[in-house]
Amino acid sequence: MTDTASSRLSAHHLALGYPAVRVLEGIDISIPDGMITALIGANGSGKSTLLKALGRIMQPLCGSVMLDGKMIATMPGRAVAQVLALLPQNPVSPEGLTVRQLCRFGRHPHRGLLSRMTEVDEAAIEGALAATGLMALAERPIERLSGGQRQRAWIAMALAQEPPILLLDEPTTFLDIAHQLEILELLRELNETRGRTIVMVVHDLNQAAQYADHIIAVAEGGIYATGRPADLLKPDLIRSVFGVDAMVIPHPVTGTPLCLPLSACGAR
Amino acid sequence: MTAKLMSPESLRAISVFTLVIALILVTAILGLTLGAVTLSVDQILDGLAGGKNSFIVMQYRAPRVVMSLLAGASFGIAGTLLQGALRNPLASPDVIGITKCAGLGAFLAALATPPAWAIWAIPIGVMSGALAGAMILLAIGRSLGGGVVSLALVGVALGMLAHALMQYVMVLFPTRADQSMVWLAGSVYGTTMADVIVLVFWLLACLPFLLIAAVHLDASGFGDDTLKSLGLSPGRLRGGLVLVSVLLCAGSVAAVGSMGFLGLLAPHAARLLVGSRARFLLPTSALIGALTLSLADLIGRLVALPNEIPAGIVAAVIGGPYLIFLLIKEAGYRD
Repeated sequence: MTDTASSRLSAHHLALGYPAVRVLEGIDISIPDGMITALIGANGSGKSTLLKALGRIMQPLCGSVMLDGKMIATMPGRAVAQVLALLPQNPVSPEGLTVRQLCRFGRHPHRGLLSRMTEVDEAAIEGALAATGLMALAERPIERLSGGQRQRAWIAMALAQEPPILLLDEPTTFLDIAHQLEILELLRELNETRGRTIVMVVHDLNQAAQYADHIIAVAEGGIYATGRPADLLKPDLIRSVFGVDAMVIPHPVTGTPLCLPLSACGAR
Repeated sequence: MTAKLMSPESLRAISVFTLVIALILVTAILGLTLGAVTLSVDQILDGLAGGKNSFIVMQYRAPRVVMSLLAGASFGIAGTLLQGALRNPLASPDVIGITKCAGLGAFLAALATPPAWAIWAIPIGVMSGALAGAMILLAIGRSLGGGVVSLALVGVALGMLAHALMQYVMVLFPTRADQSMVWLAGSVYGTTMADVIVLVFWLLACLPFLLIAAVHLDASGFGDDTLKSLGLSPGRLRGGLVLVSVLLCAGSVAAVGSMGFLGLLAPHAARLLVGSRARFLLPTSALIGALTLSLADLIGRLVALPNEIPAGIVAAVIGGPYLIFLLIKEAGYRD
């Protein structure tokens, strides 16, 4: 790839999907360290599949995902979990768990379930609760949180895991616009102040443009293009990746690309 | 212990423990005193010490009471582990076919060996049936991706198959059918001290695995993606819980027959009483299982004197309406 940034997490000649159907093929990407990377693409393009493969949730059909130069598939689960955490799209939690209890599970890769919590564990949990603004809600069961609070609770669990790399599958779905921005701001803060590498699947191109440093566009069964938002988000790409005619103008405030969809191209 | 205040959760759990234990004690004492001959508490103490009523107490009533407590508790725990493993409130050793496979194993073992071998043949048959069932379940479930739904559905299909095979065998050998029917419904009738001792050893052998399973039970409530992200293997976690559940269940099935309904009832009742955290849920399920089975045996022994109704049937008769009541009450809270 063109970027020269260092990368702990990368994919080589990856093919993904199910034995009968290959969703993606010939994937070679590297996730730049310390940046926010957005995976974009149409529904069913395989961007979530790619994220799952990067997070070792899904086994590739062929090729390999490398973490710190080692094949992720052969690493012990806990060793991987110490470096990266993946937040699925609709996470399911045990019934009746409070926010703090949820965060405790995030410590599993560091301590195992049998050992007692140490001060380091407690500190990580407090830190995660503070970073996500959930201190006041720590003892509340997750079922009784609003959508945005619940998403923050899951992010808090991932943070308690203290992974340098955080993968998120559509972290803003089902949230209203204020909560969407709240989550994205939180992710950016984690990236800027704590140097976390973040990879997220996002639907909204303008949010990708505004919050991501690096974009990976997935289309036509492979990686369509990668690069900085300003270089990448052009009407041509939007037409090819999403099948939409769009106009791209600089954002009046931030200067990042602003995509204004005009119409669906119909049969391409 | 730190000087932390007890959470309302723990207080609630402790009061539930106390209440259920008190009820169990009352049931156990009634179980020892009541029957064809009514004994006083003094006579029972005397009997336990080897006195005049020693035969009734030691040979007949005490083994039944202890057996119903132990078996009930292990059915309760087995059900709780299974419901957690499969993340499905309808899962119980009965529903996913484990007890039926165990029953088939016992039945075949009893048919294939001379009657005098029954003491050894039946437990071995139960164990091999239950383990074979669990292995098939896990193997097929795994080849289907190890998902929760596929595991549960394969279990239901497996149970139906085992049940059908068993009925077929019963039709082939009608002379053994009566005895098998009682055993299939579950009964503590005719339990001896030796049976109790065997089960105690079996449960002690299971204890280390049970402790490991208990620690992992809470985590099984997460989705598989989240488990993997935490560095846990969903297959190993769920498979392990299923296996421990099967071991507990098989021991009790060998001792008292199939009491499938307890595995469904006890965890539900416990969850509604103390919530879903494993450290409260497991002991409560065990206590409620023990209470239900000992109470069912007591009632079954008394209502139709001099005949007996198998405890499994009584448990289902009193447990069914109770479970429906609990579910209605729970639905009421949610609205």
